[in-house]
Amino acid sequence: MKFIKFLILGIVFGIVMAKSEAISWFRIQEMFRFQAFHMYGIIGTAVVLGVIGVAMIKKFRIRDIDGNPVVFMPKDKSIVRYLLGGTIFGLGWALSGACPGPMVVNIGYGFISMAIVFFSAIVGTFLYGVIKDKLPH
Amino acid sequence: MKEIVTQTWSWWFSGAMIASIMFFLLFFGKSFGFSSNLRTICAAAGMGKKTKFFDFNWKKQIWNLVFLVGAIIGGFIAKQFLSTDVPVLISPETIADLGKLGFAAPSSLQPSELFGIDAMLSLKGLLILVFGGLMVGFGSRYAGGCTSGHAISGLSDLQVPSLIAVVGFFIGGLIMTFLIFPLIF
Repeated sequence: MKFIKFLILGIVFGIVMAKSEAISWFRIQEMFRFQAFHMYGIIGTAVVLGVIGVAMIKKFRIRDIDGNPVVFMPKDKSIVRYLLGGTIFGLGWALSGACPGPMVVNIGYGFISMAIVFFSAIVGTFLYGVIKDKLPH
Repeated sequence: MKEIVTQTWSWWFSGAMIASIMFFLLFFGKSFGFSSNLRTICAAAGMGKKTKFFDFNWKKQIWNLVFLVGAIIGGFIAKQFLSTDVPVLISPETIADLGKLGFAAPSSLQPSELFGIDAMLSLKGLLILVFGGLMVGFGSRYAGGCTSGHAISGLSDLQVPSLIAVVGFFIGGLIMTFLIFPLIF
């Protein structure tokens, strides 16, 4: 039962992503061609509200449901891994028109070929784990 | 009233809902990052025996797998109960540009040239699906996050690494769109 809230949040996420067409390859193409505001509006609104909310959580030291402080882990300082990893991610994002979340929403929507994309993404993560120590980070 | 549900939902509502989901997860003591699930699935499949990267207590990440299952159900609900399956209303410029590459104007949410059954069963179509997924999976873990972990969660916390990652997302996306698409389509 303790997981039901995460199931509900996932369902809301799936519905919103599908209904705002953020899971559409066409919308991702439109974004990378800078031909509409739609995707920038979605991400931009989330980030602006996110920045305000996170700042408030920090300022008022808001605690989570268990009474623990909400902590934000600073990510490791580096440039190469974020730039290289991000670029590889971007190549895949534009080609398949979906990042990991929208991939599974697409599967639920009925695009079974996205199951191949998602399975390949798992394999891609596995390959990273195998050769991780040989890569510049 | 029915049209409000079945039409395309606005960008501001979608963005506000995504931010809300992130805050709910923070309130529940978690963080919003979807691609971690890919690593968790590898660990749950027993890959930790041979590869150190997958040797961690993945059971602590079950909540995120439950979120993933919810996302699948959400996609199903959107399609079955909340849609009339109208074509995606992308801009005329995008339709024209994609037309030059051989893509028909949208007739549903996804181009059948890439995600239809025929495409999936062709060698080229299959390779596109596989390589797209491989790069997303490899790149997201190399960069330490995907759109949710970096572009939403990381930027909300004003993290410089996330900004660098998002710049990378766009470098890759623009290379694919403007340099590689004309070669493969």
